[in-house]
Amino acid sequence: MAYLDAASTEPLHPAAREALLTTLDTGWADPARLYGSARRARLLLDQARTEIAESLGARPDEVSFTASGTQAVHLGVLGALGGRRRVGSRVVAGAVEHSSVLHAATLGSATTPATAPATASGSPGLVTVPVSLTGRVDLAAFAAAVSAEGTALACLQTANHEVGTLQPVAEAAAACRTAGVPLLVDACQTAGRLPVPDGWSVLAASAHKWGGPSGVGVLAVRKGTRFRSALPEDERERGRVPGFVNVPAIVASAAALRASLAEAEAENARLSALVDLVRRRVPELVPDVEVIGDPVERAPHIVTFSCLYVDGEVLLTELDRLGFAVSSGSSCTASTLRPSHVLEAMGVLTHGNVRVSLPRGAQAADVERFLTVLPDVVRRIRLDAGVA
Amino acid sequence: MSSPVQPALTIDALGKKCPIPIIMLAEQINAVPLNAVVAVLADDPAAYTDVPAWCRLKSHPHVGTYELPQGGWAIHVRRNY
Repeated sequence: MAYLDAASTEPLHPAAREALLTTLDTGWADPARLYGSARRARLLLDQARTEIAESLGARPDEVSFTASGTQAVHLGVLGALGGRRRVGSRVVAGAVEHSSVLHAATLGSATTPATAPATASGSPGLVTVPVSLTGRVDLAAFAAAVSAEGTALACLQTANHEVGTLQPVAEAAAACRTAGVPLLVDACQTAGRLPVPDGWSVLAASAHKWGGPSGVGVLAVRKGTRFRSALPEDERERGRVPGFVNVPAIVASAAALRASLAEAEAENARLSALVDLVRRRVPELVPDVEVIGDPVERAPHIVTFSCLYVDGEVLLTELDRLGFAVSSGSSCTASTLRPSHVLEAMGVLTHGNVRVSLPRGAQAADVERFLTVLPDVVRRIRLDAGVA
Repeated sequence: MSSPVQPALTIDALGKKCPIPIIMLAEQINAVPLNAVVAVLADDPAAYTDVPAWCRLKSHPHVGTYELPQGGWAIHVRRNY
């Protein structure tokens, strides 16, 4: 099986596996206690926190560990809104943000009653900023939206999870700074691969996407950012994330991040060349296909294309049968009622969609074999659907 | 949007899931004269995006999208070639 779905999850890095197994034995005790085994767990946790913070451009005391990237986003959005109640409860977000951002913003702006009176321009609720055909957020519209009165929080991803397009985070951050609005940056798709852009007030990342184990997310809150946890009081993780901390998984995540970043420059260049190959060859090999997302300003490992007249689920099933694990943002299936909000916002085909995302060590031979089998798979599905 | 022109052909894809509405459109657009308008009636939310995207890919102008009183849309496409 050729695993080409790194944007869903990266396979566990060998360095993380080793660290995990070791720390299951050495870091199991409660890091909040005062005896030897507890102090050892505390030391391991502190070291991992320092390392992860430095790698992501944060200070150790700004970083809390969550159970996932989604949870980091949820707690980050709700906590930032809680800290801004005096200003309002309006949230500005790119239209192609991850659903965790949009759902948390919708909930938070409805359930965090602003103490400031709503004005016509600063009404509560979620404001989504449109994107271009390549999925890049409209910077002028973003800046205008954050400067409107009553805006409590802005949210922007580093790269889109379905098509790989990079967002103008540094420019958006400058607009937020001018408007005095905190910015939540969702770095889940790029942390461990690309440097985290400056200018965030709240940062969310996910360890399993950089080769760490599942069950570790990162929530960083910049010093000086008003933040009020939406959850009941708990002494763990600076009161931001309740519950016992998973020290072995966090230590393993730090090991994976260190290893991934050390390999990133060479590996990004190699994977990006394979992505370029897919972007160039797919339209040559398959008629009526569109490669989407930005060809240059993109994550190094993600490429997405859409095949006209093809049911995406049928296509993924056929590719699985031939030994390829790939994903799709399209959802013309009985199980989901709505097409992908990302593809919809971009104005591109919402059916027949295939996302290829290359993990560390992805083989050129697998990508070439994928390009070899794809044309016939698409042709047969179209034939079955009655499209000549 | 301004009031729709009278289509030369109406394709009833109501109740059909994507990609069937655009498969029907691709099959039938050549049945109308050049510059005539085809209306696709569809209520799958994907069609709202997919028919205009098909127009862009196939270089047929998307004339407009009009809500239907019973739900769904009439999506008008002009045959370009």
